[in-house]
Amino acid sequence: MWNRVAALVLKEFLALLKDPRSRTVIIVPPLLQLLVFGYAATFDLNDIPYAVYNEDPGQPSRDLLARFASSDNFRLVETVARESDIGPLIDRRRVLLVLHVRRTFSRDLYRGGSGELQVLLDGRNSNTALVALGYVQIVVNGFNTEWAASHGQREPPAHLVTRAWFNPNLESRWFIVPGIAALLTLVVTLLVTALSVARERENGTFDQLLVAPYRPWEILIGKSVPGFVIGLGEASVIILAAVFWFQVPLVGSLVALYGGLVVFLFCVIGVGLMVSSLAVTQQQGLLGAFLFLVPAIILSGFATPIADMPPAVQRLTLINPMRYIVEIVRRVFLEGATVSDLSGQLWPMAVIGVVTLTAATWLFRHRMQ
Amino acid sequence: MMSRRADTAAPRGGSLMRLRGLVRKEFLQVVRDKSSIGIAFLLPTVLLLLFGYGVSLDAKHVPIAIVVQQPSADTARLVGVFQGSEYFDPSVMLSTREAVAAMEQGRVKAIVHVRANFADRLRADPGAPIQVIVNGVDANTARLIQGYVQGAWQSWLAATARADGLILPPAVDVQHRIWFNPGVRSRDFLVPGLIPLVMVLIGALLTALVMAREWERGTMESLLVTPVTIREILVGKLAAYFSLGLGGMLLSVFMATWLFGVPLRGSFWVLLLASSLFLVVALGMGLLISTVARNQFVASQVAILSTYLPTFILSGFIFDIGSMPKPIQVITYAIPARYFVSILQTVFLAGDVWPVILPNMLALLAMAVVLLGLTRLRLKKRLQ
Repeated sequence: MWNRVAALVLKEFLALLKDPRSRTVIIVPPLLQLLVFGYAATFDLNDIPYAVYNEDPGQPSRDLLARFASSDNFRLVETVARESDIGPLIDRRRVLLVLHVRRTFSRDLYRGGSGELQVLLDGRNSNTALVALGYVQIVVNGFNTEWAASHGQREPPAHLVTRAWFNPNLESRWFIVPGIAALLTLVVTLLVTALSVARERENGTFDQLLVAPYRPWEILIGKSVPGFVIGLGEASVIILAAVFWFQVPLVGSLVALYGGLVVFLFCVIGVGLMVSSLAVTQQQGLLGAFLFLVPAIILSGFATPIADMPPAVQRLTLINPMRYIVEIVRRVFLEGATVSDLSGQLWPMAVIGVVTLTAATWLFRHRMQ
Repeated sequence: MMSRRADTAAPRGGSLMRLRGLVRKEFLQVVRDKSSIGIAFLLPTVLLLLFGYGVSLDAKHVPIAIVVQQPSADTARLVGVFQGSEYFDPSVMLSTREAVAAMEQGRVKAIVHVRANFADRLRADPGAPIQVIVNGVDANTARLIQGYVQGAWQSWLAATARADGLILPPAVDVQHRIWFNPGVRSRDFLVPGLIPLVMVLIGALLTALVMAREWERGTMESLLVTPVTIREILVGKLAAYFSLGLGGMLLSVFMATWLFGVPLRGSFWVLLLASSLFLVVALGMGLLISTVARNQFVASQVAILSTYLPTFILSGFIFDIGSMPKPIQVITYAIPARYFVSILQTVFLAGDVWPVILPNMLALLAMAVVLLGLTRLRLKKRLQ
């Protein structure tokens, strides 16, 4: 019996890999995506174009602005002489922000008060604006500390000593790249399994398969194995690239990582086979895959944190296997999580896997009769 | 024979009739396959609802632990500031061990630690340290949290100074104004940013699939041996999927403004014009992919990987293009969504700023011409 299943698996692999274009499509684009997205998908800003409108002739304002000019994160685009020039600069997206120092800035400072620095930001992407504002605050804090020290002012009674655990330099890339491992595994595996039955239906070879002496579950195994092997293989390549190319630290246990990936792949294959048994054409298969893929990615915490979603949506994410694998991959990579740390993620995913695989088997039998 | 002669006698009229027939055929094909309608209308609705209600980058009520080893009036004021802030959801703990455990289990995102000798060191010279530890895994959120903690610390300083009868002004006080989106609602840029995604799905993905299917089944070849020209076939396809894409776009704009209250400050007609241009580009990509890829599986994979994901990640929709490494920035110039996203963010939030809109529209126009030209060339080659 296992020989028969093995033959079926071999046939599925051949169907998928014999066409050189299908072969390329499974291997090359995910790796290109990893490279491009690994570099592109970051919330960090390292090149904030800004303009200066300085009405104050005093030394302190020049010192403050020199700090911005010498910062690696900021790039001075223009010095403005009139207030009316500010509007067009921001409107036309030539700068992300304008620093406006008022005439009384130095005078207020020398009198022991606060000099006001007005920051005008382009809020078209409000997240970028907030991040940029945070960078401005850091530069200003540096200035404030030095000013207080050099002018004999009393230090504030308490100061913050801030540290970040697991990602000390707060690099977005460390957060995004492990997430991409989960993302691409999901996309490739789902498409391979979701379109497999529909392709045979369209070509008419599915009927031949049905009259062959195979039981439904044997056909299902034949359809599952290629997606599983390709998904796991691709995940491994991405993990290697994350560690050796992007230098993301992998501090946790590989057992936890692969345990999570295997359980996750069962969930994805279950969903893929469900779609596969319902879809008559490949286009329907693709629609079904997309209807799962898009919400699964958006509600996974891959790009935007689950904690920022409304409570009802947060509860909805609990049935999304992608949510758990993204957390597992990140925690294994950065926090050094082990299997026991991740049991809270592993068992819900296992439940989802059992449910989707059972549903897929039932649907498959049902549709065959 | 009759039709042939009529054709040569009145080529224009015949061409129009053929075109009408082709467009009719394409529309019937769309209407009969429910999954086309699904991709055009169901998917955008799901996407918009998810993004509109579900997705946000505004961190509020961040769970944090405040470790106070020796409560006093000063620490009570500090805890009060955190409790009063909408950004935090603090829980006061008595030991660092408890807080570290909470952080490791993911129950809190940051720890604010006030040592036992806080009150004594508070009024001594270097001042008392307040230790802040954030979970840095999500760097973006961690940075936001750091900013919020800083804000809380400043309000606490001001309150303490008032209580002590001291005035402690910082040297430089940052006043900020965020233009176009003063409430800093991330929904206002995320929801319009979905429009290119929706249109790429319809324009590129659906078109690529449909064409690939025609190649697979051989119906394309049978079309080509009829007197219709390549240009007519292309126009017929474009007309059908153009209307479908525009329908998806109108649905998205309607939901964005009516359901989610995103302001549309520019003119609707500029939006429509830009969307039409982008749609032609997306259709061009779809057609080109289908002529290169011979079967639906390859076409779908290529369409997703070369259109959908770059539109999501490389368009400046979420991630800032200026901060990407230079080679990647060069690649973004080849992504049509880059130009469209820039137009959309401007038309929705800033208004009709022509110096932004015009160059981006020209770029889209150039891409449309190149893509359609390439498709025509490839089609011709395939026939010979």
